[in-house]
Amino acid sequence: MVIFSLFVSIVFAVLTRDDPREQLKLGARLFGGFIAAGIGIGWLLYPLPL
Amino acid sequence: MRAAAADRTQTSATLYLICAAAWFLPGAGHLWLGRRQKGLIFLVTLTLMFAFGIWLEGRLFPFQVSYPLVALAAIADVGIGLPYFVAKALGAGAGDVVAITYEYGNTFIIAAGLLNMLVVLDAFDIAKGRK
Repeated sequence: MVIFSLFVSIVFAVLTRDDPREQLKLGARLFGGFIAAGIGIGWLLYPLPL
Repeated sequence: MRAAAADRTQTSATLYLICAAAWFLPGAGHLWLGRRQKGLIFLVTLTLMFAFGIWLEGRLFPFQVSYPLVALAAIADVGIGLPYFVAKALGAGAGDVVAITYEYGNTFIIAAGLLNMLVVLDAFDIAKGRK
């Protein structure tokens, strides 16, 4: 999940921003968001039966 | 970084050539248009993502119209261009359905193809002079 998030964040950040500093900022925010959402949704699903 | 070549609107024949190049080799459209930084990042990232999917025992899906979801996955797989044909030629991407990483591999391969389609659209917009 971390590696997948990293790849997708890089591509989206480079695709939507032209300035390298902006790309880095957006990429970091996207990456953090993906990881936070993954962990959050994982915990939300935890009480549910398989 | 915007190069002068990228700022000019392209003729329609060149436009489609750029899109074809962008599809065939990830990032080639941006490289063609003078956006070297973006082109190189797309080339490395998308190719690595696809290779990672193959390494995780992902499958290159066949075009089976009788199974619509398989056919859609096949279209997404082809979206990556040259790496798909190289993997096919090398006999990779057979997929091991019992491998624990099988679905992860499929996700990487399909997402790499779909992201490359977005990159092609971005190259199209740049060539049109919209960006």
